[in-house]
Amino acid sequence: MIKYCAKRLVVAAATVLLIATITFLLMNAVPGSPFLSERGQSPQVIAKLEAKYGMDKPLIIQLKNYLVSFAQGDMGVSIKMQKNREVSGIIAEKFPVSVRVGVIALIWAVIVGIPLGCLAAYNRGKWIDSLLRIVTTAGVAVPGFVIATVLLVIFGVVLKVLPTTGLDSWKNYIMPCFSLGFYPMCYTAKLTRSSMLDAINQDYIRTARAKGLSTSKIIFKHALRNSLIPVVTYIGPLTAYVITGGFVVETVFSIPGLGKYFVQSIMNKDYPIIMGTTIFLSILLVFMMFVVDIVYKLIDPRIQLGKGGE
Amino acid sequence: MANDKNSVRPGSMQVDVEPMLKMNEPYAPSASDFELASKEEKASVVKINKSTTFWQDAWRRLKKNRVAMVALGVIIVLILFAFIGPKFIPYTYSQQIRGAENLFPMKYSEIELASKAAGEKVFPHFFGTDSLGRDLLVRVMYGTRVSMAIGVVASMIVLIIGALYGSIAGYLGGMADNIMMRIVDIIYSVPDVLVVLLLQVVLNEPLKELFSTSKLPIMKQLSILGPGLISIFITFGLLYWVGMARIIRGQVLTLKQQEYVTAARALGASGSRIIKKHLLPNCIGQLIVTTCLQIPSAIFLESFLSFLGVGVSAPLASLGSLASEGLGGIYTYTFRLIIPAIVLSVMILSLNLFGDGLRDALDPRLKK
Amino acid sequence: MEEKKLLEVKDLKVSFFTPAGEVKAVDGVSYELGYGEVMGIVGESGSGKSVEAYSIIGLLQNPGRVIGGSITFEGEDILSYSEKQMQDFRGNKVSMIFQNPMTCLNPVYTIGNQLMEALMCHRSMPKAEAKKQAMEMLELVGINNVEKRMVQYPHELSGGMRQRVMIAMGLICHPQLLIADEPTTALDVTIQAQILELMKNLQKKTQMSIIFITHNLGVVAEICDKVSVMYGGKIVEQGLVNDIFYSPAHPYTRGLLRSMPRVDAEEYERLIPIEGTPIDLLNAPAGCSFAPRCEHCMKVCLNQKPAYTDLGNKHISACWLHAKDAKKEA
Repeated sequence: MIKYCAKRLVVAAATVLLIATITFLLMNAVPGSPFLSERGQSPQVIAKLEAKYGMDKPLIIQLKNYLVSFAQGDMGVSIKMQKNREVSGIIAEKFPVSVRVGVIALIWAVIVGIPLGCLAAYNRGKWIDSLLRIVTTAGVAVPGFVIATVLLVIFGVVLKVLPTTGLDSWKNYIMPCFSLGFYPMCYTAKLTRSSMLDAINQDYIRTARAKGLSTSKIIFKHALRNSLIPVVTYIGPLTAYVITGGFVVETVFSIPGLGKYFVQSIMNKDYPIIMGTTIFLSILLVFMMFVVDIVYKLIDPRIQLGKGGE
Repeated sequence: MANDKNSVRPGSMQVDVEPMLKMNEPYAPSASDFELASKEEKASVVKINKSTTFWQDAWRRLKKNRVAMVALGVIIVLILFAFIGPKFIPYTYSQQIRGAENLFPMKYSEIELASKAAGEKVFPHFFGTDSLGRDLLVRVMYGTRVSMAIGVVASMIVLIIGALYGSIAGYLGGMADNIMMRIVDIIYSVPDVLVVLLLQVVLNEPLKELFSTSKLPIMKQLSILGPGLISIFITFGLLYWVGMARIIRGQVLTLKQQEYVTAARALGASGSRIIKKHLLPNCIGQLIVTTCLQIPSAIFLESFLSFLGVGVSAPLASLGSLASEGLGGIYTYTFRLIIPAIVLSVMILSLNLFGDGLRDALDPRLKK
Repeated sequence: MEEKKLLEVKDLKVSFFTPAGEVKAVDGVSYELGYGEVMGIVGESGSGKSVEAYSIIGLLQNPGRVIGGSITFEGEDILSYSEKQMQDFRGNKVSMIFQNPMTCLNPVYTIGNQLMEALMCHRSMPKAEAKKQAMEMLELVGINNVEKRMVQYPHELSGGMRQRVMIAMGLICHPQLLIADEPTTALDVTIQAQILELMKNLQKKTQMSIIFITHNLGVVAEICDKVSVMYGGKIVEQGLVNDIFYSPAHPYTRGLLRSMPRVDAEEYERLIPIEGTPIDLLNAPAGCSFAPRCEHCMKVCLNQKPAYTDLGNKHISACWLHAKDAKKEA
């Protein structure tokens, strides 16, 4: 187990390093001096600043310096959005807002999605299955921004029952969390249904039936645990979706989270923020993937950890 | 030992054959009935279901899948809408009709009303116009076309890179496979959208410069697409192929170990024959289905980026960027957002459904 | 004569309603099974032997349905059972073991957990008691180190071991009838012999009845009292083991026997396979289903279904060759 975790951790670290390096190199490839792209500065000032940020040194040294200071929590300062403010400070301020919306969305997606998937599998071929199938198939086909904007129009503009911007009361959370979680919910339900049906056709389910167990026991004891394994593996990509989906939802509902800020910083070409946020979110995602991988191995006893092999 | 089985056990072995004997149908055979039947007569009784090829079988199954066929119909209609549609409309996607700004669907501007009163024919704006006076219908048509093209091109990129990489890794096996798959693992955990956005930022300026300075004709065409699209394609080429590569590698690995491959090898079949006759036909279904399902996911990603304002560049429109433009006037001109959003959703939905149907039809495990 | 029967199957008909049409998997099968009796059902793949057994225990899956006949177990018509009654019946009075022990155990639960399940369900037994019984049962089927096995997962055991666990699972509620669906087919030959020996001993000990489904005639000779030979959804011949082996009446049975290697065969004797392929039940022929492959096939065989002929000593066979006018050994 420990050996596996260590192995997996090395891959994760390599990924983060790769992303950080690529990000840094790409940012450096931008013509001109991205860190100081304001006009009207005298060459002397630029030279001074470049020296200050170590930009006169070779690229590899710069990379090393950046990574070292990043590890220490120093991601540089904003050059446009909030001039000279620490990027780490901005992330620390904006990120919790995104986390709140994202986590609520994730939780409701999983809590509703899995039972719905079971329900559909249990009633395979009946009207409830067909209905759920239509909803979930449509749910994974409709882009998040469509759902977000349609909700906005219906509840915010026409009915005027829910606030359309900000995050002041619990009411503000309803629409963003719903629209952010809708796609993952549908996907989870679809996945649960198909892996449940897959499990139901396995030989061991026939054994369980031959034992005379009740249908509910067969479904919830024998089929569900087996069918949850693929669902767990999906939680990693799901987190990725919620983070990036947050960009859109936060933009539509004007939520002062990291996603909206990130999109704005792209528009404004605020390079230190783009860099810092990209690497920060990547680390988060890679970490989630790592956790999911470990959990996956834990719930499937067939995969033996630590005893060599996979 | 043998004898005690032959003797009837008291009680338990009293098999009652009466019910079975009673089932006998009364039939009095004539003497001629007992002549030996010829081979031909024997054969005539056997009705063998017409054997069908894999593709005929798949097509038959696909045709039976009503949902998939409806989806296919919708896709065809959308293709016609996107590629033939603009020919029937007298406006172009970038044409700004003066005085016709911000029209609601089926409304006319004052100038148009005047010329209508004068007896001229004026083509109606079925979907209204945008704030610059561009006809929305024709823009939606072009947007659909662009979205489709992006989906297809991106899937092709994924198909080529992924299938090559995956089959090489699977075929080589061993250490090479191990290393190649570790690379895939790493790329798999790279957050795709972040990379697209990053590339967008970085490539924007250099690509624009390249387009303006280069004299190659292809550059001019690429410049219409804009740096946004180019970086989407680059991202697909860099990141999205890993899913395909994993699937194909897995397929090749299992196929390599199948008994029929071993059997073919034992019979002395050459490597190329095994690949051609045994491995490829078994992979092709997977390839088609994965590629097919990649199209909607590419469209999905593009619309997402365009909605954030970093996709295709103006004046070209994709469905995502049209929706993004519509977001600005959402309180008054809701239709500007809703129309492209609906077209987009219907397109992705029907592509998904058709892909699912195709998978069901091509998956031989579901045969029978 | 009116000895109480454990199981009576009368004119059972099971069809699968596939998109391509109705497949008559079991077409009018009748037999009886007394207490403590072991019956073998022999046939090629697709002869309907497993489907027939599944319908006894109510495990037929869509699109399969019993469309006629009756199944009576200890005087009760089990086809009229409700789902609840059926659950109570399965695993309790009748249990079943399957062909592939590799996939028949749930990979995510321990052996002990899966063994105790049936006990706790049918006998509402407290956990500790169930555990004790489960361990006794494991010992009975010849598994050592029981304490350890109880907490192991299926993938940690070998194939033969898993089949033993399957048998223990089948026997745990002391059923009166055990249906064994090719329990040895997926195992190595040496393991096969061990499992057969085990089943034979267990049968002697518990006096339960067994329906043994197999395509292996050697297994039948080893363990069964009587045999039903199935072909194309019908029983073509039925009788005591020795009658079937020493005086087979139906050409199909004879074919099966000839295609089986024997230790006592003369050197020049060859194995003679049965020509042709099993019939397509989707387009069942009007006459005898074996006719197209039969070396003695007569004109009547192609159009008329043969009736059962009583050959004495409860040995019956359905073949036109038994008719008075048929030329003997044409």
